[in-house]
Amino acid sequence: MSFLDQDELLVDLARKIKLVYSPIVDTKIFPENVAVTLIEGAVANEEQLAMLKEAREKTKILVSLGDCAVTGNVTALRNTLKDSAQAVLEMAYIDTTEVNPQIPTEVPPLLKKVLPLHEVVKVDYFIPGCPPPAGLINYVLTELLAGRTPNMEGRSKYG
Amino acid sequence: MVKETVDKKKIVISPITRIEGHAKVTIFLDEDDAVKDARFHVVDFRGFEKFAQGRPFYEMPSITSRSCGICPVSHLLASAKACDAIVGVTPPATAIMLRRLMHMGQMIQSHALNFFHLCAPDLLLGLDSDPADRNIFGLIEKKPDLAIQGVRLRKFGQEIIERVAGKRIHSSDWIIPGGAKWPFKKEHTDYLLANLPEALDITLKTISMFKGMLSDFEEEVENFGNFPSLYMGLVTEDGGLELYDGNLRVVDQDGKICADQLDPCKYYEFIGEAVEPWTYMKFPYYKPYGYPLGNYRVGPLARLNVAAHCGTPLADEELKEFRKLGKNGVVQSTFHYHYARLIETLFCIETARDLLQDPLLLSEWVTSKGAVNTFEGVGVAEAPRGTLIHHYNVDPQGMITWVNMTIATEHNNLAYNKAVTQVAKKYVKARKLQEGMLNRVEAVIRAFDPCLSCATHAVGSMPLRVELFDSEGRLVDRAIR
Repeated sequence: MSFLDQDELLVDLARKIKLVYSPIVDTKIFPENVAVTLIEGAVANEEQLAMLKEAREKTKILVSLGDCAVTGNVTALRNTLKDSAQAVLEMAYIDTTEVNPQIPTEVPPLLKKVLPLHEVVKVDYFIPGCPPPAGLINYVLTELLAGRTPNMEGRSKYG
Repeated sequence: MVKETVDKKKIVISPITRIEGHAKVTIFLDEDDAVKDARFHVVDFRGFEKFAQGRPFYEMPSITSRSCGICPVSHLLASAKACDAIVGVTPPATAIMLRRLMHMGQMIQSHALNFFHLCAPDLLLGLDSDPADRNIFGLIEKKPDLAIQGVRLRKFGQEIIERVAGKRIHSSDWIIPGGAKWPFKKEHTDYLLANLPEALDITLKTISMFKGMLSDFEEEVENFGNFPSLYMGLVTEDGGLELYDGNLRVVDQDGKICADQLDPCKYYEFIGEAVEPWTYMKFPYYKPYGYPLGNYRVGPLARLNVAAHCGTPLADEELKEFRKLGKNGVVQSTFHYHYARLIETLFCIETARDLLQDPLLLSEWVTSKGAVNTFEGVGVAEAPRGTLIHHYNVDPQGMITWVNMTIATEHNNLAYNKAVTQVAKKYVKARKLQEGMLNRVEAVIRAFDPCLSCATHAVGSMPLRVELFDSEGRLVDRAIR
């Protein structure tokens, strides 16, 4: 959402980039030879784990976007629970359900612990923030497009 | 017994794109490759209800609003209202007005996002247009004026939130149990009132454009989730459209009121939840009708079907037009969620103007103070996508002991599955599979505007999927583009 908060700057960005894979783009397969990938959210299930590895393999510059991707943040609060995946599933699908209480099985299994991206793959840049500020996203993209290294000093903060 | 020769097929669309959250669709085919059934699967889950236990109740607005980046304000409001109940105080009138104003901002931005950024590529570039360009960037290239209007309307909504609460997304520092942390400023009133006419103008033009396009979409109107169901939404005391407070009304397919002025804090008396093994999203149902007959819809279409009136002049004029699209004034095609969403946007801009013009909005008194006085609190609001319920129990120290959240998008789960089945049966021809057929299955989901990050109480990004299975349930093909 913060990406879209670039507002009118999106129009300039549209002239400079080709958005090839995104939740807001209809391509279903991650393409080869991608220049820059921004990934938001922590890694919580098997499908996301596989997808992150695939994105890393096919991307030159990988950016970890937002506090969940950078630290795990709220998503990772469950990591403090004993046997956390089982605990959250039982609460949601058995304890508070009247009809057919059961833990869904035909869905991607949850990981034992929620992980930030850099615990799984190499990350090139980090844009923290909850949300990551739209201005900072625009700055990083502008610098990368110009072939420069973004200088994050004094520009980024958590929360 | 399973026979090797029987070809049991299914088509899987994954991920579903241009929605919020992770999902896929499976279309099951019979022996003759005709569509037999379809399922909408939500494939992510986070477990807020569990990991919130043991945390102080006043952290809940901040934690739960992280479910989602589109409608964090809904969670802030429902959560703060549950916390108000735990403290047992009524926030000052100005705090309630400011919360409502922030809510209007969110409705405007969320509805604009769904219409322009997510659905307009289907509606204006075409359901069969090139998938590589069928997105907001393609729209910027091909219809720049319209795309920029959409960007600006969404920006106006986001700016309301920012001016009230400090930032656009996850503005959880401002809202607190008992009201708000700081008052509003005159300069914000002036700024927003100066920008409001443009937002109003864009909305009116968009409504007019949309109505002009309807004749091109007669087939979609007829087949996109066009089925009878119950409808549920909050209403005012006199049955008008209500988004922040009020009580619940349920109407049936003929517009008959089945239940009225239900106390939303006692939602568990009339809403039950079921689980199916193939999705992380639960299936709420209307208890008097049982599962799965108690299929109801929520969100913009449902709210306009249950409300007697909107309560603002322009929106009420438009509502009269809207009613003509249905029998007894009840509009049942899911395609018309788009129209309903635009009318609500109009209502929210008019309501925002009324609030901004009221001098009471600038009162300094925005916090009612108190401590834990009640060990249970329920907070309910109409999120952009429908009725949102937060329910907390606390111990005497205010530590959370139990949480249930029933999310707007979840209420529509039975309807999603009916809708994708209807669209798949109408459009998907497995022997001559074309991308546009599958995009129609996704388009009906977009019309509902699901927020699956919220629905699975998870923080996430956004997919949906089509896979082809044979009648033995083996994966034969994956429809990907």
